Amino acid sequence: MQTDNAQTLSEQILSRASGQRVRAGDMTVVEVSRVMTVDSIAPEVIEVLESKLEQRALPHPERCAIFVDHVAPASNLATAEGQIRARRFAADQAIAHFYDAGRGICHQLMIEENLVEPGAVVIGSDSHSTTYGAVSAFGTGMGTTDVALAFATGQSWMRVPETVRVDLTGALQPGVDAKDVALHLLSRVRADGFTYQAVEFHNAESLSLGSRMTLCSMTTEMGAKAGLIAPDGQVEAYHAVPDWLHTEPGARYQRRLTVDLSALEPAVAVPPRVDDITVPGDLTDVAVDQVFLGTCTNGRLQDLQAAAAILRGRQIAPGVRMIVIPASHRVMQAATEDGTLATLLAAGASVGPAGCGPCIGRHLGVLGSGEACLSTGNRNFAGRMGSPSAQIYLGSPQTAAATALRGMITDPRTVMEATPERSRT
Amino acid sequence: MSTPRTRRVWLFGSDIDTDQIIPGRYSPYMTSEDELASYAFIERRPNFAPNVRPGDIIVAGANFGCGSSREYAPRALQKCGIAAILAPTFARIFFRNAINLGIPLFETDLTAALRDGDRVALDPAVGRLVTAARTFELPRPPAFVRQIQQEGGIIAFYRRFHRFPGETHDHA
Repeated sequence: MQTDNAQTLSEQILSRASGQRVRAGDMTVVEVSRVMTVDSIAPEVIEVLESKLEQRALPHPERCAIFVDHVAPASNLATAEGQIRARRFAADQAIAHFYDAGRGICHQLMIEENLVEPGAVVIGSDSHSTTYGAVSAFGTGMGTTDVALAFATGQSWMRVPETVRVDLTGALQPGVDAKDVALHLLSRVRADGFTYQAVEFHNAESLSLGSRMTLCSMTTEMGAKAGLIAPDGQVEAYHAVPDWLHTEPGARYQRRLTVDLSALEPAVAVPPRVDDITVPGDLTDVAVDQVFLGTCTNGRLQDLQAAAAILRGRQIAPGVRMIVIPASHRVMQAATEDGTLATLLAAGASVGPAGCGPCIGRHLGVLGSGEACLSTGNRNFAGRMGSPSAQIYLGSPQTAAATALRGMITDPRTVMEATPERSRT
Repeated sequence: MSTPRTRRVWLFGSDIDTDQIIPGRYSPYMTSEDELASYAFIERRPNFAPNVRPGDIIVAGANFGCGSSREYAPRALQKCGIAAILAPTFARIFFRNAINLGIPLFETDLTAALRDGDRVALDPAVGRLVTAARTFELPRPPAFVRQIQQEGGIIAFYRRFHRFPGETHDHA
């Protein structure tokens, strides 16, 4: 039964950040705990700040973060000059949270460096800022102007979203990844299924932080404004959860869905749509030229380990280029120390500097005409990774490894042996 | 007020994503801001950029602008001179980016009523679209959005009032 006083997590967070009680549908102005931008957008943000807002000194440099990740390291003169400008701006404005090329992907570092707290409103110059919901924060992607205004004022205008509640049951079976949960949801709700809404995931105890990041990252592909894990023991173990942030019985949800994790199978998104979902078994005649393991969605230690478990002692198929881009420098170090990278390299994979890699078609594995790629990323629009005629299939790290092994899209369960314990990244 | 029918309709389907509007490798970051307008729909519809004229409008299907948060996508359309975008639904980041830039948006589905290449009259301030056959009254945006549009974008609003729309106190 709904009660007037009960709030969703988003209503709680945005009320706190507004300094007044708000509910779904209200327009409000919120205090932003953290605002981040990236190398590809920073030059535009700086331009707006300096030319249009005539901002001399930022009022809250400690709330700002800048990441060089989208084209990291610089691939051409234009990106090199853009990064110089970002570097100079960070120094001039005393922005301590500046992470240069090779440190890693913005969203990964925002979590690793503890720049996101439960209950915070966090704005990012990248649509996958919904990732921050993995630690029960309201993370949302915005464009240049909104980000510049947040840098200049510490605030943003916002409409309080309705909430869709997703209850998880069971646990993922061997060979099934949080990525498959997201793809399953996409098959049910489609790419605009959660437009303007916040998603709350309940009973996520069986999912690691990395898996929660995968799931929350993908909510933007369903149109969501934010995707949050309801605070639980795992969040509390690593962060202070404010006492006002908790699931309230009687909160208004626009819709409720249940996902039985135990019943899920590996899934693949067929180009050019992120919501055209099928099983690898339907695509076994699809030969791939490139396999890309990485991105903010699936570039963490647990993802590299899952792929390594399948490729240990084996070779990727002739004619397949496997490109591994760890989500952060720390992930790369950990994967070096525990032998994961050695396993992937021995199998024939290449490893690149931590960052977005070829996800956005700018370097480190641009696709040519008619090529096919199995990517652990989050988008497969035509032209996303290069040629408009290249075909991008999206899948889990396990599906990526199995596909690299066979050279054709492959269900990982058909090539798996016993998998070791996953790391809690 | 009678306005000559000088706006060309550019008709698109549904789920037009920001990678179609501007592929990432044509971003100002990788090329230059000066070239931005020339790259609009460069792969999806190569005849768009060379032929679009200031005042033309886009009429599209559902979920227009889905995908990335890149503001240079609506900005490219603005630089092409697109005077308004009409679609039954917009992806949320694209919607707010376009509003912030001062691009008039109308949430309506005219993809069945209009054809690509039609010439229409449209007064975005009044919200009325006129063809040879019919007049369409377009839905009025919410008050918050109208406040921003009246100033020509959020930056203009902020520079004038030193606050966001709906706030009662001044930051200055």
